[in-house]
Amino acid sequence: MSGVHVSTTINGDPVEFACPQDETLINSLRDRVGLTGVKEGCGTGDCGACSVTLDGRLVCSCLVLSAEVNGKEIATVEGMVEDGKLHPLQQQFIEHAALQCGICTPGILVAAKVLLERNPNPSEEEIRYALAGNLCRCTGYDKIVRAVQAAGKEMRKKSR
Amino acid sequence: MRYEAPGTTKEAAALLEKEKGSVHVLAGGTDLIVRMRLGLVEPDLIVDIKHIPTMQAITASASGTRIGAAVCNARLGENKALKKAWPGVVEAANLIGSDQVQSRSTIAGNLCNASPAADSVPALIAAGAKAIVVSKNKRRTVAVEKIVSGPGQTSLARGEVVEAITLPKRPARSGDAYLRLTPRTEMDIAVVGAGVSLTLERGVVKTARVALGAVAPTAILVPAAARAIIGTKLDDAALDKLAAACSAKCDPITDKRGTIEYRTKVAGVLGKRAAKIAFQRAGGVL
Amino acid sequence: MGHDSTYTNQKFKVVGTRVNRPDGVDKVTGRAKYGADAYAPGQLVGLFLRSPHAHAKIKKIDVSKAEKLDGVKAIITSADLPDLTGDDRDLTDILENCMARGRALYDGHAVAAVAAIDMQTAKKALKLIKISYQKLPHVTDVDQAMEPGAPIIHDFVRDRKTGKPSNVCKISQFGHGDVEAGFAEADVIIEKTFKTEQTHQGYIEPHACLANISSDNTGELWVTTQGHFGFRSTCAELLGMDVAKLKVTSSEIGGGFGGKTHVWIEPIALALSRKANRPVKVVMSRDEVFRASGPTSATSIDVKIGAKKDGTITGATADLRYTNGAFPGFWAMLGSMISFACYDIKHVKSIGYDVIVNRPKVAAYRAPSAPMPAFAIESVMDLIAAELKMKPIELRIKNAAKEGTRASYGPTYGPIGIGPTLDAAKNHPHMRARLKKNQGRGVACGFWFNFGGQTCVDLNIGIDGSVNLIVGTVDVGGSRASLALIAAEELGIPYEQVRANVGDTASLGHNDMTDGSRGTFSSGMATIFAARNAITVLRERAAKTWDIPLESVIWKEGAARATGKGNSNRPPLSLKELAASAPNTGGPIAGHNEVVADNAGVSFASHICDVEVDPETGVTKVIRYTVIQDAGKAVHPDYVEGQLQGGAAQGIGWALNEEYVYGDDGCLQNPGFLDYRIPVCSDLPFIDTQILEIPNPDHPYGIRGVGETSIVPPLAAIGNAVSNAVGVRMNHTPMSPIRILKAIEDSKA
Repeated sequence: MSGVHVSTTINGDPVEFACPQDETLINSLRDRVGLTGVKEGCGTGDCGACSVTLDGRLVCSCLVLSAEVNGKEIATVEGMVEDGKLHPLQQQFIEHAALQCGICTPGILVAAKVLLERNPNPSEEEIRYALAGNLCRCTGYDKIVRAVQAAGKEMRKKSR
Repeated sequence: MRYEAPGTTKEAAALLEKEKGSVHVLAGGTDLIVRMRLGLVEPDLIVDIKHIPTMQAITASASGTRIGAAVCNARLGENKALKKAWPGVVEAANLIGSDQVQSRSTIAGNLCNASPAADSVPALIAAGAKAIVVSKNKRRTVAVEKIVSGPGQTSLARGEVVEAITLPKRPARSGDAYLRLTPRTEMDIAVVGAGVSLTLERGVVKTARVALGAVAPTAILVPAAARAIIGTKLDDAALDKLAAACSAKCDPITDKRGTIEYRTKVAGVLGKRAAKIAFQRAGGVL
Repeated sequence: MGHDSTYTNQKFKVVGTRVNRPDGVDKVTGRAKYGADAYAPGQLVGLFLRSPHAHAKIKKIDVSKAEKLDGVKAIITSADLPDLTGDDRDLTDILENCMARGRALYDGHAVAAVAAIDMQTAKKALKLIKISYQKLPHVTDVDQAMEPGAPIIHDFVRDRKTGKPSNVCKISQFGHGDVEAGFAEADVIIEKTFKTEQTHQGYIEPHACLANISSDNTGELWVTTQGHFGFRSTCAELLGMDVAKLKVTSSEIGGGFGGKTHVWIEPIALALSRKANRPVKVVMSRDEVFRASGPTSATSIDVKIGAKKDGTITGATADLRYTNGAFPGFWAMLGSMISFACYDIKHVKSIGYDVIVNRPKVAAYRAPSAPMPAFAIESVMDLIAAELKMKPIELRIKNAAKEGTRASYGPTYGPIGIGPTLDAAKNHPHMRARLKKNQGRGVACGFWFNFGGQTCVDLNIGIDGSVNLIVGTVDVGGSRASLALIAAEELGIPYEQVRANVGDTASLGHNDMTDGSRGTFSSGMATIFAARNAITVLRERAAKTWDIPLESVIWKEGAARATGKGNSNRPPLSLKELAASAPNTGGPIAGHNEVVADNAGVSFASHICDVEVDPETGVTKVIRYTVIQDAGKAVHPDYVEGQLQGGAAQGIGWALNEEYVYGDDGCLQNPGFLDYRIPVCSDLPFIDTQILEIPNPDHPYGIRGVGETSIVPPLAAIGNAVSNAVGVRMNHTPMSPIRILKAIEDSKA
């Protein structure tokens, strides 16, 4: 099997790698680029732990072929810290104890960031539906929803 | 496996025709890549259609709306004109999977994956949507209900690819709706789906199409259900007749997701409820 | 046990505050390393081949073609795993569960494993392994497995009376009094049968490990586990290694809920590594997780309760039948102990039947075996209340167990929280909130034993006075924060000065698993004693510095203080100062403790739940949920609330939608997160919590276990709520739309 050469931008940095043509993005990110913050919970797009953005859109990296991302921009949880500071979502997740085991946290943070960028003041229901693609088995989602609400509030204050 | 990303529909069709082994079209990949990962399919060639500009466009014309086969479902929800004209089609498309899946999945892919439970298909059938099917030397337009021939099977010939789905021009006082039954609120596969599209004239249903999903080997059009409400103001008697017609047309199976009895009963319930929503969207007063 | 018996009057400074957890930043930035995140130079990919049959004789395994494939470095079948387990039947079962020996006992049972240079090669190799099976009759249903003539799964399991082969591997009985006399006193008797389908813990992180055995038979294992010490001993015994020569490091764990207290892939990963002489990484797919790891029992339960007109329960019985999967277990025994633990009943009896079926070996799942009898009994409690025209909560309050009550499983209770949680429920605003059409409210109670067990802790004072706490209980949900709080409390220093870590098996003595809600209870106890141990050393150093007797030195607010005549002018010596001078006063300062932490303190909860049911489709939406639980002292209230909310959410999933669906072929039809439906964010409301702190008299800080009880009441709370919403009594979980609509239709007919 001949491989494919992929040239892409990940968290703002140019990245190149070679992989088999049928390799999915999650495997390239984890095993070739070393971004193990991208988690695999199912490999079938049902848990959202591998969520990343692809040209700004939220996707499950297990449902993208690496060959598809040539020339595209990818963002993962590892890119959320800016200038050494935690993103408000990251900070609020810690403050609100919105994680227990933490395996779903990277995917949820990426999904919540997309939500708040599109809808800075989402309702509880909007948050719940926006995060419906991200399974969490520990928290019952209660503190997650509250942390997203708090981060939204903080971000709205900052942008004012 | 070989991955190709042609820039035109013609090139795509040529690639599809030429390949002798197992070949799959990649739109959003939310079904195909799952099947690959589970080892259920082992393609020799994958043709990614997302680099084909005509397949990435939503275009409105005098005859209706054309949705390129590679347009992801999230974009349907973001298209205000489309959402206004075909709220039922858009809500059906937007019910497919999570936001993550919405960023990738397409209605053409949903159609060609040929699952009896596909959410967008009953809504598209109700809407009278058509598929533009292209091969190396030919281009044909087919009603969407003719595309799926059985669970996982389509009527597409080898070398053919769906280039776009078209929706007819919407007359005034029209409305459509799609409802599905899932145990969870999200991230689920329809146990039953029902799509209704109708047009009113002086508050009375003039034309209607009713389609059901997950109650037969393919999504089905239910003309008797449409007849039950044409000429009515959607009174209770008409709705009951519609429900009965829906249930009567069901030919479901009992499987891990539902029973024959449940699907048959709930098809009527959802048909009724979808008709009411479509009626109100068309300006009708219940 | 040498603890302060006046703990109830303790004023805590940092315990009980909501501090940020030490592993928080790593977990929100993607840096935390879980089971699948490790890498070793030269590592191979390990994959399993699993049985596609529910029950089959393995006639032949031919690996010759796979072995010849370039890049394949090792293949393991049962032939490569000599049975070193001796007379230890439980260990033999573990070995056989990890790799089938002659027979595949369930769909998904491992039959071979491969290590290869990459995923593609490993997958190819699996396809080249040829196995010839002879299908055998199978049984997956608990009641069918007990019927005469059912396919027998193990010849060594015999009926106690007849001596004939049977699938019932254990019969357990608990209770006291004379139940027939009890029923004779009753004015009303309700008897009903319930079924609960099998569920899975559903941790988001699949089992994963990186095994590395050198040619000298020493090795390392990096693994996601709830108990690395237990994994070490099991793996070492199965592979014939000395425990001291196998270092097991627990990764960050992506959820366990009991499912990561058992080994599945780990011994095989080590065997592959030994054979290949290379590191081998094995990560289960989600499909494998469902088919071959985890699940809890499916059950079938008969309950009979009799009560007087005033609500006094006079007698109660339960017959409980539990699937154990393909190997003997004790799950029905646990169920029969738990059944009536919430109530003070004069005549009570429960009998548990542990039954072997062709399903994966049952593993612990959060309060294992408890939610099912709670579903049955708490449903019947509501039926009794209805018959007596009593409010369900009043019936429960009237019969609630209290201090001095003899529990149905034997012991006599100390101070317990069932009464207080019921009173709190009765007075909760939730109970007065108005309900709309098709909405109903349900109340239910739950119990869990909690466990203590072997524990040891090291507490090292750094040269700068910061404190490194090393514990051996895996942190499954924030316990490092709680344990650091306890150390800070005891030492009288700020929380930030303490760093809690989970040590590997080479750095501490044996610790039992993080199970039975024991993490914060037992390691908390050991931390207190280790800190007191360190304080004694600190006082000695201060005494030496001041040249005064040890008795004249006290430890207060993070510093040694001289007391007594002539000493009042001495400025205190802070932890920092004592740490700095340690090289001259006797060397490094540390405290440690090894303990069997007994009396974890039983736990009770009462839940209130409102649902709305669509009577035309049977779809149920949980619209409000309140958890009231006795937690003992809540060390970190955020993480106690998190346990209450998380357990409730799992219980809600179990109640409404989660189930293993088996086909007629005995194969699992829904081994994935799409059709095994755990609740998604939009399925749930906020889950309100009320923590009651009824101190555990056997813990210096009054701590009880808190992690498990919250999963016990939801099945019944929802069942009762559904019944109140649409008037049908559900006796089968999950209460899916299909089952609810059928119940509604049947009730009309």
